[in-house]
Amino acid sequence: MARLLLRRAIHGALIIWLVATATFFLLHLAPGDPIAASLDSPLTPPVVRTHYRHEYGLDQPLSVQYGRWLVMMAHGDFGFSFPHRRPVSSVIASALPNTLLLMGVALLLSFVAGIALGLIQARHRGRPLDWGLGLGSLFFYSMPDFWLALMLLFLFAFVWHVFPVTGMFDPVMYPYYGFWQRVGDRLWHLVLPACTLALLSAAAIARFQRAALLDVAGEDFVLTARAKGVSERGVWLHHVLRNALLPVITLFGLALPVLLGGSVFVEKVFSWPGMGLLTVEAIGTRDYPLLCAAVVIASVLVIGGSFVADALYAVVDPRVRLE
Amino acid sequence: MTSTPAASAPLLSIRDLSTWFHTGGRSVARAVDGVSFDVMPHETVGLVGESGCGKSVTSLSILRLIERPGRIEPGSRIDFEGRDLLSLDDRAIRAIRGNRISMIFQEPMTSLNPVFTVGDQIAEVARVHSTASRREAWERAVDMLQQVGVPAPADRAREYPHQLSGGLRQRAMIAMALMMHPALLIADEPTTALDVTIQAQILELLAELQTRVGMSILLITHDLGVIAESATRVLVMYAGQIVEEAPVRTLFDAAHHPYTEGLLSAMPRLGDRRERLTVIPGTVPSPTQWPAGCRFHDRCAYAWDRCRTDAPPLYQIGAGHVSRCHLAAEPARRRAPAFAAAAPAS
Amino acid sequence: MHPLVWIAAAVLTTLACGAIARAGDGDSGSPWRIALTRLRDNHAAFAALCVIVALLIVAALAPWLAPYSPIAQPDIVRLKNLPPSLAHPFGTDFASRDVFSRALYGARVSLSVALLAIVVSASVGTAYGAIAGYVGGRIDTLMMRLIDAGLSVPRILLLIAVLALWAPVPLPVLVLLLGLTGWFGVSRVVRAQVLSLRERDMVVAARALGASDREILWRHILPNVLSPVIVSITLGIANVLIVEAGLSYLGVGVRPPSASWGNMILDGADEIASLWWISTFPGLAIVVTVMAFNLLGDGLRDALDPRQVDG
Repeated sequence: MARLLLRRAIHGALIIWLVATATFFLLHLAPGDPIAASLDSPLTPPVVRTHYRHEYGLDQPLSVQYGRWLVMMAHGDFGFSFPHRRPVSSVIASALPNTLLLMGVALLLSFVAGIALGLIQARHRGRPLDWGLGLGSLFFYSMPDFWLALMLLFLFAFVWHVFPVTGMFDPVMYPYYGFWQRVGDRLWHLVLPACTLALLSAAAIARFQRAALLDVAGEDFVLTARAKGVSERGVWLHHVLRNALLPVITLFGLALPVLLGGSVFVEKVFSWPGMGLLTVEAIGTRDYPLLCAAVVIASVLVIGGSFVADALYAVVDPRVRLE
Repeated sequence: MTSTPAASAPLLSIRDLSTWFHTGGRSVARAVDGVSFDVMPHETVGLVGESGCGKSVTSLSILRLIERPGRIEPGSRIDFEGRDLLSLDDRAIRAIRGNRISMIFQEPMTSLNPVFTVGDQIAEVARVHSTASRREAWERAVDMLQQVGVPAPADRAREYPHQLSGGLRQRAMIAMALMMHPALLIADEPTTALDVTIQAQILELLAELQTRVGMSILLITHDLGVIAESATRVLVMYAGQIVEEAPVRTLFDAAHHPYTEGLLSAMPRLGDRRERLTVIPGTVPSPTQWPAGCRFHDRCAYAWDRCRTDAPPLYQIGAGHVSRCHLAAEPARRRAPAFAAAAPAS
Repeated sequence: MHPLVWIAAAVLTTLACGAIARAGDGDSGSPWRIALTRLRDNHAAFAALCVIVALLIVAALAPWLAPYSPIAQPDIVRLKNLPPSLAHPFGTDFASRDVFSRALYGARVSLSVALLAIVVSASVGTAYGAIAGYVGGRIDTLMMRLIDAGLSVPRILLLIAVLALWAPVPLPVLVLLLGLTGWFGVSRVVRAQVLSLRERDMVVAARALGASDREILWRHILPNVLSPVIVSITLGIANVLIVEAGLSYLGVGVRPPSASWGNMILDGADEIASLWWISTFPGLAIVVTVMAFNLLGDGLRDALDPRQVDG
């Protein structure tokens, strides 16, 4: 198993290098250069421009710049964000935890809900309940994230006033709250964005889980379990689900890019101060280094996620673990 | 119908069992179509036939393990230890599965759950059917593994199915099946997936356990060699029906039904000089459209007009010997050699 | 896009529907016929197909069906932000434009972007996958490693970065970008299929008879690869529709004043509390369309899978 994981880790590193390289070319093929947006106004004296180009090595040959870029990436240095007036890494450092919190909660919710839904559907396969839930999850699966976010915002925040409108905490009252009130307030603000993200991926997970469960349900050992006298409940929850969870673990790796993409929209709609919102703002301010950093960091998260999924798979499946 | 010499009441009595698969549309697959037989206490009954003849569906029907779209048709009756299995509720039939009637299957690799240890899966039987604690159940599982001849059972119990050899896996399946000392063991092709040497060991083990536990065995196989070694009485199935029933010696010495003849001539024998085995021409027809008349007529070397129109009943041939063939009424039509024409010249 | 193209597309799809509806209901016949029969028997997928045809027709006939101009701003004082009424079934937006008319025109833009992008994806993906699967060995491994890299970059973030860096991007380039970021899935499917077909008897036989590599690929392998490609194209359209809507919603996709469903949602997003209709209706249009393509894709998968016996 250790060898398997080592191989996976090497692959992951290779892919990160590929992504970093691609991002480098993206930046350099783009019209202008990373600091053009902020400095190429006619009002900026040419001396200033040359100064900064030199400072950031933009007057060096491409190969040297590429080398520097890789070294920077390896150190977690993504350059300087002119609109934020601080290094990109520090901008991201303050936003990333918020995104991870949002995604973590959404991930948990969506897996719990998705697996439960898939289980209910598989047990009632071919009956109206299966059909109805299938259509329902397809409905959410077919929904653009930002539109779902807008609709939930409209219904729950504006029409029914159940949940707060935007942000991570109450802008007025928060400083006056005690510790538990603050935790509660934060959770309260988390509900809508997390549920938006969770609903979308739960729908995908349910579809996948149902198929995986039905695959397993046709296996011989399920018949053995029934022939042993195990109850239907035991058959599904013990024998079938345990096996059908294995493919769903790989889905954990696949759900990450979807959730990361979704968080861009959800954070924008709910003004959640995370990576996604930063990215959207960077479009308007033409913050090239930040945009590229977002791509690289998201890829690293995805690769890390699929590595974790592989490791988890190896731990859970005795056939892999004991190899 | 049966005329087994045993005087006691049958342990299992099946009457007019029909299991049909309603696959949507107009077609109904009549996989098992009016099967009747008895299994006496302590005896081993062999059920033979090619794949697709309905043997496995019959065995699954006994434990009511048929899933939609399959259905045991009304009018079928399965009595076991004096109870009608088909009228039991779910809880009651579950109490019988793995407890009074156990099953083992052909493929021990896929029949064991890959993510649980062998010991867990055997112990589960005890936990389902008794109030044994987790620990007691585990100890009984290890004990059972020992009884089925698994070396170092305590260690093996902690292993996963993929870590065991095919023979050990099948022993584990047997241990699982015998955990509650069942009255009837249904063994569905228990040796087909195994090497020849292991096959013999497993059959020996089954025979030994049978005398020790005092159970009956319904042995389902397509391999007449296995039947010859283990069974006392044989049922031959074709196209969802029993076509011949006889004591094992009678069947091998004086088979009546042409299908049984075909099966026997397809069987390799010691000292046989033929380079290639004869095979029965054609294949088992589709259960959605069994042929009219005798269901075997289009593959039968003796078939005549009557076979194409009249469905033969079970004719009494001798003591405990019945055959579903019109040859019983018109024996003159039998001419030898029956299947030589089908054997490819070599 | 030229309206004639649209009409042609709609007519072709209608003909296809007719063919499916008339396909015999026996189990015999060619694999394609069986697939068509199965598809017709799958009510959800057939309904989805009808919805798609209807959408294509509506999109094609938008200039004749739309009651108002999609870009004209008749009276930005008195006619702006009107709630849905008989005169304006979906209401009007901040610039007094009729949301219903814009949704009809938006269908043209969104659907044509999605369809054209998927053509790009399918061609690139099929070619890449077929080559990787057919060549095999180290080159295959390398090509698949590149796909892994591509799949680990969240598509939407990459597109945002590229579109922001090169802004403003004309529509054809947007189509190209959407297509070029969406072919990884197709190529994997194709490669797997080609790999399994490569060693099959008919290909081995053809090679033994002296057929050239190109001939084998073209004559023997591609036709077999077609059915999984059709499925992933259908599901891919659904995906591209959502991605395009997302980009347009962020203001980097289809740009105003052209109406796409995505940028129409953007028009109403800030005022969702009071002017809910501006964002709601185009969103519903997306959901219906995407759902139809997803249902059709699922139905096609079931219909084209020869092993499928599940009811």
